[in-house]
Parts: sequence; C-alpha cells; structure tokens
Amino acid sequence: MSAKHAPTYAVGIDLGTTHTALAYAKLPAEGEKPLPVEVLKIPQLVAAGTVESRSLLPSFLYLAHESEGALVLPWDKKRTYAVGEHARSRGVDAPARVVMSAKSWLCHPSIDRRANILPHGAPDDVGKVSPVETSFRFLQHLEEAWDQEVAKGKTDLALGKQSIVLTVPASFDAAARELTTEAAFAAGFEDLTLLEEPQAALYAWLSAKGDSWRKDIKPGEVILVVDVGGGTTDFSVIVAKETNGELSLERVAVGDHILLGGDNMDLLLAHIAEQKLVAAAEAAGKPLELDRWQRTALQHAARVAKEVLLSDGKKDTSQIAIAGKGSKMVGGTLRTELTRAEVASSIVDGFFPMVEASARPAVRPRTGLVEMGLPYAQDPGVTRHLAALLGPKTGEPMQPTRILFNGGVMKSDALRERITACATSWATAAKAPAPKVLDGVDLDLAVAKGAAAYGLARRGKGMRIRGGTARAYYVGIEGAAPAIPGVPPPVTALCVAPLGMEEGTHADITAHLLGVVVGEQVRFRFFGSQSRKTDVAGTSLERWKPEDLTELSPIAITLPAEGRTPGDVVPVSIRATITEVGTLLLEAIPTDKAKKGKGPGGEEERWKLELSVRERE
Amino acid sequence: MEPVPFVARLFLAWLVYFKVLFDGTFAAKVSALGKGRELAPIEEPKKLASRAKAKEEEEEKVEAKVEAKVEAKVEAKVEAKEPDFSSALQLLSLLQREGRLVDFLEEDIAGAADADIGAAARVVHDGCRKALREHVELVAIREEEEGVKLTLQEGFDAKSVKLTGNVQGKAPFTGSLRHKGWRAKKITLPTAVAGHDAAILAQAELEL
Repeated sequence: MSAKHAPTYAVGIDLGTTHTALAYAKLPAEGEKPLPVEVLKIPQLVAAGTVESRSLLPSFLYLAHESEGALVLPWDKKRTYAVGEHARSRGVDAPARVVMSAKSWLCHPSIDRRANILPHGAPDDVGKVSPVETSFRFLQHLEEAWDQEVAKGKTDLALGKQSIVLTVPASFDAAARELTTEAAFAAGFEDLTLLEEPQAALYAWLSAKGDSWRKDIKPGEVILVVDVGGGTTDFSVIVAKETNGELSLERVAVGDHILLGGDNMDLLLAHIAEQKLVAAAEAAGKPLELDRWQRTALQHAARVAKEVLLSDGKKDTSQIAIAGKGSKMVGGTLRTELTRAEVASSIVDGFFPMVEASARPAVRPRTGLVEMGLPYAQDPGVTRHLAALLGPKTGEPMQPTRILFNGGVMKSDALRERITACATSWATAAKAPAPKVLDGVDLDLAVAKGAAAYGLARRGKGMRIRGGTARAYYVGIEGAAPAIPGVPPPVTALCVAPLGMEEGTHADITAHLLGVVVGEQVRFRFFGSQSRKTDVAGTSLERWKPEDLTELSPIAITLPAEGRTPGDVVPVSIRATITEVGTLLLEAIPTDKAKKGKGPGGEEERWKLELSVRERE
Repeated sequence: MEPVPFVARLFLAWLVYFKVLFDGTFAAKVSALGKGRELAPIEEPKKLASRAKAKEEEEEKVEAKVEAKVEAKVEAKVEAKEPDFSSALQLLSLLQREGRLVDFLEEDIAGAADADIGAAARVVHDGCRKALREHVELVAIREEEEGVKLTLQEGFDAKSVKLTGNVQGKAPFTGSLRHKGWRAKKITLPTAVAGHDAAILAQAELEL
C-alpha cells in the first residue's frame, strides 16, 4: 500500500456463514513485546430498541418493513436494516425479510453475485440486496462498532486504516475471493490480506501455544484441520517440512466447499423431536401441527440437547420444552425428550459414519429442473468427504498425524472422538501411527484470533504457513474444428495459474495467444482444479477427467475500441498474478505492438479479465 | 396511584433487592423513599430541630447530623424527579424475551396439572437462567457447603450475613450455614436506544 498512515492495530475478521467475529492486537513498536489478541465486543441490536455488545455478530441481515420505523443504533438514528442478533431472531418471525447464509451465495458459481437476489424468494416490496452488498453491510457494521468501541472518532484509528486480515474458506475459488475483497474495499479497508480459515485456526493454535508448539509438531507431521461450522465444512491438510534446518509449514490440500454444518444436524434432531411430539399428541387423541415459530424453537432446543448429549457428561436424556407463541404458557407448552441413543445414531452415525479410507461421497444425479437455491451437500457423511480429500485418485492416501478441530459443532466430545476414531482406523489399516489431537483453541473465536495473530506474525518473524493457491486455473479455448451438429466444439483448457502459486508472483502465458474482438465483451470458459498438481502455466489440456476440472463462472474481457478498429481480432497473451491481498488477477496484454499506446499509465498496455461477472450459461 | 399486582410486586421486590445490595446510591434513594416521602413532611423538621437544640447533650450528635443532612439532600432529589425504573424494566423485558417470565407469572396456574406447569417451568427456567447468567455475575457469599458448622469472628460483615435463630451474646458466633447467600458481583444491562419505550416488555404480535 502506498504512503498512508501506518496502522496501529493488526485486525483479524472472521466473516462466517452464520457468525462474524473480530479480534485485534496493537502492533508492537520496535523492541516491544506483542500484546495478547483481544476479541471485540460488537454492539448490535439484540431486540427492538435494545443494543447489547457480544463477541459474535450473527451473519444475518434484516430488511425492515417501513411500518417498523428506524432500527436505531447508537451511531445511526435512521437505519432501515439491522445485522446481528435481532436480524437473526427476526428470521423466525419474518423470514422473507432476512438474508441468511449470504456467504454461501457469494461462492455460488451459477448466479450473478452482484445482482440483488437476496433474500432468496422474497416478495417484491422487499428491497433486495446482492451477496456482495450483504457482506459489505456486515463489514460496515464492524467498522461502526470499532469506531464506537476502539477508534472513538479518531480517524487514524478507523478500522479501514488498520492492517486487516480477512478470512475466507480454503475452498473459496478465485471469484469468491475477488468478491469478498470487493466488499472489503467498499467498506474502506485499505490494507487487506485474505487468509484461509483452517490456516487461521492453526495460527490461533500456534499463538496459544507460544514456543512450545515445536514439541507437538516435528518435520514430517501431517496436520489435518477439520472445521465444521454452522453452515459449512472445510478441511485443509498442512505439512511440516524441514528446509535448510528450519521448520516450515505448507498447506498441501484443501477440501471441496461443502454446504453442510451444524444447522443441518440441528434440523435433523428437531425433525426427530417433532415426530415424537406429533406421535404423542395423536396417541392422546389431540392431533398436532407445529407452527414455524415452534419449529425454530425446537431447532434451538435440539442444538442444546445435541451439545449436552454429545459432551462428556453422564446424561442419557435431554428434556425439550417448547412454548407456544401466545401468552398462554401452561397447557400450551409442548414437552418431549431426546435420548443419547437417538442423538448418537442420527448425528454421530448419520453425519460422521465410520467409513473405510476408500469411501467417497455419494453423488446423486441432478434432475433436469433444479431450483436456483444453494447447492447443499448431497452426501451428509462428513467422514466420506474427508476420505475423499485424503485419498488421491492414485497412490497412497495421506495419513494425518495431527488433527486440529475448529467450528462450533466440534464442541461435542463425541463428534471429535468419532472423527479421530475414523482417522485412526485409516491409519491402522495403513500401518501408520494414530493421529494426535491438538487441543487448546477456542472453537468459536479461533479463526478471528488466528487471523489477528497472523497479522502480527507477518510483520515479525512468526511462523508462516506457505501454500499459495489451492487450485490451478484454466481458461477454456474453443478449438477451430469443423462444426458437427449436436456436438460442441472441442475445448482446450489452458493453464494460466498453477496450483500452489504464491502471493506476489505472476506468470505470463505467451505461447498460446487468445484472440479478442475489439469493442465487444468476449467471454471465456473458466475452470479450476484441486487435483492437477503438476501442470504449469501454459500447459494445455486437450482432454481431462471430468472430476479433475470443475467449471467456474466464465471470465470476460472488453478491449476498448480506442486506437483500434471495432470488430478486429487482437491477439493477447495472459498474465496471471496472485496479488498481495491473495486474489487472482488475470490480465490480457495485446501483442499487436504496432497499435500500442492507450495502456493505463502509458507503459505496457494491459486489460483486466473480469472474474465471475454473470451467470454461467 | 394504581396498586401493583402481587406477582409484579414479587418480582419488583426481587429486583430491588439486588439493586439495593450493590448500588449504594439506589439504596440511599430507597431508604429515602421509605422514610422520606410519607413521613418526612411531619417528622423530619422536628428531628432536625430537636437535634439542633440538643447540641451539647448527646455523644452521637455529629453522626446524627450527617445522617440527617444526607437524608434531606436525597429527599430533595427524589421529589424533584421521578425515579428511573428503566433498568428494572429492561431486566424484566429481558427475562420475558428469553424466558417468558411475565407470561408465566401472569397466568393462573391454580387449576393446571403439574405436568403442564412443569413443561412451562422448563421454558421459563432455561430462558431466565440463560439471561441471568449472561447479564448478572452471581457469586455465593459463603463458599462453604450449606449445613456445615461455621464460626463468625468479631467484626464480620453483618450486611452480607444475617444471624437467625437464637440470636444473642457476642461474637464469635457459631452456627450452621442455612443459605450460602448471593451477591451480584457485576451486572451488565443492554443499552436502550433513543426513542425506545422501556415500558413495552413484549410487543403484541400480529401475524399476516
């Protein structure tokens, strides 16, 4: 960043699917010892007219109806929307006006993520917002909260002026990362770096351990990070290596983006409890149908029951009581219970089955007509997704020797034990040592804290995890083959950014030139791969296995007509850069040097290839 | 003034109990309310006068004077302004929101079956406990188990320990601990935003 005011704080922001958190620490001056990382208590509306400070800001946005008047915050008397706890509870009363899981929409490959589409399925009079706008509003709220709690009006202490590390799922593709930074820049963040969430969790562990972590991690150690949050599941594998006598950490694999989390589990338990309630009511001759409000209350109660029954305690049953919506409590309250056996069979065996290392998630064929909703995971078996990550297509699967858990769901002892048992059985079958669990991180706040710790570490000599991009990226070029009716023209995938490309580096692809029509938007198909590790920039693939390359949203370029004749085809080479922020930048460099001249800055002419602009066709 | 219903009084008493315990200024106001409002106009001036006269007589005169002054001051304040109940209302609306306490207390449970009351009590207990734990940091005044023998030395804090039963003689006092007591160490209430009517404990709801 250019000559701006030096930041005072290192800030870590966990912009989660269900919760957002912010941690910070003062950047130490020369020779000063770093201070511990603190978590910001975020003032937020928790009920109508009531503001409370909490360390978690639920990632919900409530767009109020005009009859409600302003949703007053201490710093804004005229606000027409709310984020946080009140927004979440309004999701029960007035669901059509609440945006939830915005982050999952942000990485949805087949929608226009800058279009005002949320809340999904809301009536026309709701002023809809885009996934990017929603993320922006969460960040803006943090900025305002920060201003009230920390900066207190001092402009050089404003959040945007600090050194900010914003976390994203390891499985976020280039476009989702780009859109996240777009929201952050809109919020005025000047000094921004993206960090993968599982890495942030490991940084939190490293920083909590101080120097003693070296006792737990030796060269050759394979660390598996399992992050199961409210809405998503994210895995990463980080390997400890010894280079020139120094220990280094390198992220070697990340899992697919799995829309599966604690909310799914609570829904299942709520469903079981509902069936019991209905059966009991029918047996008593009073048919029962739950309303929406009761169902949600049931889901909350189910979460509590899950945590109680899956923790170490001795309890075998957990009582559930759900009050009706009216003011009558006695007689209107429904009561049932969940047993340890029910929770164990539905949650532990349903979501974390003991499977062989060779197990793979089931893929159901999509039917022709799919509602344009979120692409939820088709297989709820978290351990099967995990086996798929560790097991390569050929050769021996990776054997983790250390496991680090993260995410609220992992608070349950029984679930941590099950994942450990599963990984241990894989290790035993492969005659490898059993993995050891790394303890001691706060499962809800580790990502934010770890991000702040990383913000401190990257300025000093702290341990850094290397890894680069988690995917290789390819531009699809349609070959010049004779047209055959019904057969699409063959596509060549040209690798523009190899897997593991590091921040601050770039690659030029000059061997294959792409033709761009002047004055028109030209679109290219775009692919990503998490498995092709040996391709380099410039590798071109004539054919590939469908599971190797995933098609992403297309990329587009418009070459302005200035200095050229509209309709002309100009050959361009491609430069791929991994920016310091951590996003992928693709630029086209026209090679018709004869007509050079209109480039930005007067030097070499370059035009940005836009990621993720429109829906996939 | 409208009489307050019994249940609300019960609750108010509970609230005031805590507030008196840890809020010195509030305690002073309450004490002024009791003595001040009804009795003060008749008794206070007399007291003041008699004390002024008896300047040379009693040993406790200095103390008494100070006390009288404080009372007079507080009385003036209280009369000038209605007491601010907004934090009490906030706590009440918090307990209603989280645990439906007002709904429960306002309901007639005399004829209801114990099982139904039990089911409702679970909702109230779960929610109110969560709210209480989030907003009030409670500690036991005595850390000993209830039922154990305990000896209090001279100079023990009579505000936090109440002697019951055969109360006589001088310290040390030995007896068995009947109730460990509670002290609100810290209370954090939500901030009400401008224009919010704290008296609305729960909004009426109209489903469209």
